[in-house]
This record gives sequence, C-alpha cells and structure tokens, in this order.
Amino acid sequence: MAYSEKVKEIYLSQLEEIKDSGIFKEERFIHSSQAADIEVEFPSGSSLKQVINMCANNYLGLSSHPEVVKAAHEGLDSRGYGMSSVRFICGTQDIHRDLEKKMTEFLGTEDTILFPSCMDANAGVFEAVLTNEDVMISDRLVHASIIDGIRLCSAEHDTFKHSNMEHLERKLQLHKDKRLKVVITDGVFSMDGDTAKLDEMVALCEKYDAMIFLDDSHASGFIGKTGMGTHEKYGVVGKIDIITTTFGKALGGASGGCVSGRKEIVEMCRQKARPYLFSNTIAPVVISGVLRVMDILSKSTERRDKLEKNAKYWRNGLAEAGFILKEGNTPIVPIMLFNAKLSQDVSNDLYEEGIYAVGFFFPVVPKGQARIRTQISAGHEIHHLDKALDAFIKVGKKYEILGRTKQEIIDMYGL
Amino acid sequence: MDEMQKSIREYVEEEYLEEDDDEVDVDTPLISGGIVDSFSMVSLKRFLENKYNISIPDDKATPEAFDTVNKICSLVREFL
Repeated sequence: MAYSEKVKEIYLSQLEEIKDSGIFKEERFIHSSQAADIEVEFPSGSSLKQVINMCANNYLGLSSHPEVVKAAHEGLDSRGYGMSSVRFICGTQDIHRDLEKKMTEFLGTEDTILFPSCMDANAGVFEAVLTNEDVMISDRLVHASIIDGIRLCSAEHDTFKHSNMEHLERKLQLHKDKRLKVVITDGVFSMDGDTAKLDEMVALCEKYDAMIFLDDSHASGFIGKTGMGTHEKYGVVGKIDIITTTFGKALGGASGGCVSGRKEIVEMCRQKARPYLFSNTIAPVVISGVLRVMDILSKSTERRDKLEKNAKYWRNGLAEAGFILKEGNTPIVPIMLFNAKLSQDVSNDLYEEGIYAVGFFFPVVPKGQARIRTQISAGHEIHHLDKALDAFIKVGKKYEILGRTKQEIIDMYGL
Repeated sequence: MDEMQKSIREYVEEEYLEEDDDEVDVDTPLISGGIVDSFSMVSLKRFLENKYNISIPDDKATPEAFDTVNKICSLVREFL
C-alpha cells in the first residue's frame, strides 16, 4: 500500500493524541561525554547549557572513565569494529567468552550467555526455557522488557502485588500443579528505588518447588557488599536460577546484556533464544570496555562505597529540606509530587537552575504518583549534590511544597 | 448491589488494591483509572471463567470491557 494521505493522517492523529495526553517524548542532545557535568542542547537548536546530570544510570561513574575508554580503543585496534555475523556462525571472539566467564564469576552463577541488550535477554529467555505446561508469576512492577518477554512465551502468566509475599504465596499455591514455575522480579525497581525481598522469595520458591528469575540491571556492580547485586545484599548468592543484567548502566553504560544462571538454562538460551540466534552480539569495542570495568570492580569496592555515601547524603539532604521521598536504600531517589503537571513544571524549573532531572507520571508510574526520579552516581562529588540540593530547595519553595504532607500537595495541585 | 457485582468487586479489591487505596464502586474505572494494569487482567479473566463456568474469548476480553465492575458484569452475563 502506498503511503497515502489517509495513512499519513492516521499517524498524525495518533501523534496528536500522544501530545494531548502530555506524554510526547523529546530527546535532549548532549554535546559532551556522559558524566556528572554535561553540556546539553534543549530545546533543539538552543545554545548549549552546562548542567548537572541527576538522571543517568551511570551509577559507578564509569561511562567515560579513562581506563575504560583506553581499553575500548585497544579492543578496537586488536579485534576490529564489527563481527558481521551472529554468534553461532562466525560472530564469537575469544573476548566474548572471556566476558561470559567473568560475569559467571562476578555474579556467582554457573554459566552466562551474552545478548545484544538486556532488553533482548529478557525478551528471549522465557520462550527459550518454558512451554505451555508452565507458569510465570511476576511482580506487578517488573520492567517493560520482562513484560515483552512474558508476552512472547506460551507459558501461563500471573502476577502478584508488588513485593507482597503473602500474595505471591497464594499464587504459588494456585499454580502448584504446573510442570515448571518461575517467580519473576527485578532486583531494584527502577521507578521506586526499592529492592525485592529476595531472601523471602527464595524461601517461598524452595517451599513450592519454583525457580526464581531476577533482573538485576539497576543493581549489578554496586548493590551488596562487593557490588555483586541484590542477591548478595540478601544473602542468596548461588540460589537465583536465572539472572539477567545489563552493561548499559553501572557496568560501563554502553550496551549489551546477559542471562546468567543454571548451566542447563544458559545452554537452552544458546540453542533457542531468538535475540541470541538472530542478531549480532555486543561489538568487540564494547566487550573490551566491559572487561576493563570488571577488572576495575574486582580490584576495589571504592566506587560502590562512594556511591552508597553519595546516595545517603542526597537522600538525607532532600528529606531534611522537607521533600516527600519514596522509601528506599538505593541510588534511585524519587521525589514525590503526585500531580503530573507539577512534576513537569518542577523538572523544567530545575533545568533552568542547571539541574537535569526528569519528571515521571502516568502511564510510566501509577496515576497520582507523579515524581522526579533522581539517580546518584559515584561520579558525583559533594559540590554537585550541594548545588543540586540548593536548586531543589529553591524550586520547592517556589511551589510551596517543602514540609507539606501528601494530602496538602494534592489539595494544592490536584491528582 | 447484586451478588455478581458484590463478588467481582470483592475480587478486584482483594487482588488489585494496595492497603492505602480507596475502595472501588461498581463504576470506578479500573483499567483507564490505573487501578488494574491491562497485563494483570489475565487473573481477572481466569477468576470470572472459573467462578461462572464460562469461557470469555480473547477478542471480548478488552480493557474497555473490563474497565468497571458493571461492565464486567455485563460481559459475564453475555456468556452465562
């Protein structure tokens, strides 16, 4: 069919609807490397503005680390730019296997398989290891990529209330006759910054003979005493059957992901996972960078320790100033504003003050739970956090929300 | 409120509401109101099919048809 006026009209009206509902997304162009201080062109065509980045997943501040950049250069020189093949034809280099081994060791699992992204890992893993005789039971707040993976899988699907262990147990009882049962959760929930109760979940899975799946994308490299992830924090290393994670956040921030876990499950992915079979894997230049990231992390916990300190400092500062925060103990610190427009207005005013922090509202988060989500990095220094805090307080005063209760803010701005 | 409205409302509250959520009535928008996400509708559909011994075809189990307790009751009655 030709791209007729009628077709064009259909798309234009859909785009209008997106704009009218206030969720039209616009990119902000960054003219510098990813770091705590960045130069941003926004709106498109405007002059560059120096701002402090408070919304990157650059938790360990390694995205532009000189050693990582150097390793990537060396990888480019020694292993070339592209593979021009999928893994199982002629697209696997020694360094791909090296990284798989390193991740297995780092995560405390049995084996690992790389994917072009964690989105691909989540999209491919369920279909590769489950059939219509099985059931997937997922937390209601799992990441969108897991939801896509669940949709692609023929196993039955059910959900449990966020982090509600009683509800999970009822669901495990309900599905006890299924051949295989998999409980699915994020390690750190990216919108709220809370962690899954993995110790309780593992106990329930053992009781009901279920496997457990963990997406630790917002945890790998910094949660837990040595940064292994949420499973280390809750003392269940070796008990998680499937872990997916990304190299696009703390672990260098470029791209790529993996499935790590039980040997047989990883092998099933190697035989059946479609994003692994039908797409080139991570480019050698990125693999070389991630290998250096893993070296840096194996030598010292300095960066994750600094991140923990920074996150505490930031959370305490905001709380003392009188903002309402989502409870949590991760570098994701959501400032609750409840009203969608207020979250947009506050974000815009912060940008004027040189602070880049984005507002989130329905449908990304539940209705009436609009917020500014801030993400702390080991790349932040105290002076960055102090400047950001001053800006938040200034904007908070303008909107008269400091020290207010949830109900008072809702009364002032509506839901 | 009849028996069907009552038991569907009870199920929705038990299955989907968190502790600090307001109660729902028969016309509260569940999906468009952000109380039930369309992905979690699966368990609601299974509950209705088991409770009323019916089979709801996938093309009828739309977010619109599941949006309020009253609409769900109308849908169930179609298949009784």
